[in-house]
Amino acid sequence: MRHIILVMALTRRIIPCLDLKDGRVVKGTHFEDLRDAGDPVELAARYNEQGADEVVFLDITASKEKRKTIVELISRAADQLFLPLTVGGGINTTADITAILRAGADKVSMNTAAVQNPKIISEGAAAFGTQCIVLAMDVRRNYIPQDGTTEISLPDGSSCWYEVVTHGGSRPTGIDAILWAKEAEERGAGEILLTSMETDGTKEGFDIPITEAVASATNIPVVASGGVGTLEHFYEGFVTGKADACLAASVFHFGELTIRDVKEYLATRGVPVRL
Amino acid sequence: MMKIAIIDYGLGNLRSVFRGIEKAGACPVITHDPEEIQSADGIILPGVGAFSEGMGRLSPIRQCLLSVAGEVPLLGICLGMQMLMDESEEHGNHQGLSLIPGNVRKFQPEPEMKVPHMGWNTIHHAMPDDPLLFGIPDESYFYFVHSYYVSCPAAYRLCETGYIVPYASAVKRGLIYGVQFHPEKSGDVGLLLLKNFIGIC
Repeated sequence: MRHIILVMALTRRIIPCLDLKDGRVVKGTHFEDLRDAGDPVELAARYNEQGADEVVFLDITASKEKRKTIVELISRAADQLFLPLTVGGGINTTADITAILRAGADKVSMNTAAVQNPKIISEGAAAFGTQCIVLAMDVRRNYIPQDGTTEISLPDGSSCWYEVVTHGGSRPTGIDAILWAKEAEERGAGEILLTSMETDGTKEGFDIPITEAVASATNIPVVASGGVGTLEHFYEGFVTGKADACLAASVFHFGELTIRDVKEYLATRGVPVRL
Repeated sequence: MMKIAIIDYGLGNLRSVFRGIEKAGACPVITHDPEEIQSADGIILPGVGAFSEGMGRLSPIRQCLLSVAGEVPLLGICLGMQMLMDESEEHGNHQGLSLIPGNVRKFQPEPEMKVPHMGWNTIHHAMPDDPLLFGIPDESYFYFVHSYYVSCPAAYRLCETGYIVPYASAVKRGLIYGVQFHPEKSGDVGLLLLKNFIGIC
């Protein structure tokens, strides 16, 4: 019995995501009493107090010259947070990975760069360990049947396959999401951060069919992202979607929910969380 | 102020460990210089990455570590803990430092049990009176990221955690300690563990 109780203890993770530009948070937040609401480290510290299990910084800085700011920022965050930190956006080479990890990040996530050069996953995993390398995968539904893709049933009775998109969701690649997830795992990715363009920004809940399909097809943790609006949505992501972690931005930034609200709710529904 | 040598062998993120030690009230020094290691009040062997690469990079200071371990308190973190053991099966069999009897095995994935074991899990105190655990409640949550685990005799098991199998999430032999989790990434309770280690030094 003891064995079973112990095995149940690994908690499901709640992860706030901060979008950054030139070292500043670009979306607004509800923390009006922050000295400077645009400061990502200060905001991350607030989420730490609420019980965040990790923090994700997504850098959307356009220009290469300004990317130095993210390295300085990570150093400052690592100096104050003592919490796992994932950084994504604009990471293209093992030198980029080295700089981000040396600054104090624990994991790097790669999206477009991994599609364009899948070897970066293998090289990164070989150099730094699989636990550092997160495949960020943006997907959309494609209803036009195509050979070699994975058919997934949708709740309304129809079916589709999910296509990987890059460049912030703007560029379809023709790549099947399930096959790509499996390839990334084989190449050494230690986690998949899955964002569905169908649900992102809708607040109608995570895209459960693809979340469940990726979680079942792989043996590495899957982080569900895109579409969360209510407490119930988190529950669905974990229980129906089989996600290991749920990521959210706006519901936390605008104060609709706190991380503690989410965790207390999940605990009452029997989902193991760190409170 | 206590001087704590953080062993730099070119792998992993040392910044959080450095800041954690500073915050816990000691003076950290990141080094691979044997003289500096020998003169420290305590030693931290951090580590992220593959076992064989870690051992390879550690070879220039292996003798130095073996000579001071047991006299100066030593804390291995994550891969640093695994390297204290006899042997690991990560990418073939590789010899460790053999400072604590035991070996390192791969988690066999099970349905709904992903590998790596990544996230917050609880530690059960197998040696509740040990000074490293002062003030840390039994079943506290710590942050874990690993695909291999330590199997060792009960006499050296400081803490146990269950994931796929029950395993040693912390080990101890005299003044030699190892923790599989990351105290430097485990918030306040992690900082308290680092503080306790400094107290032992």
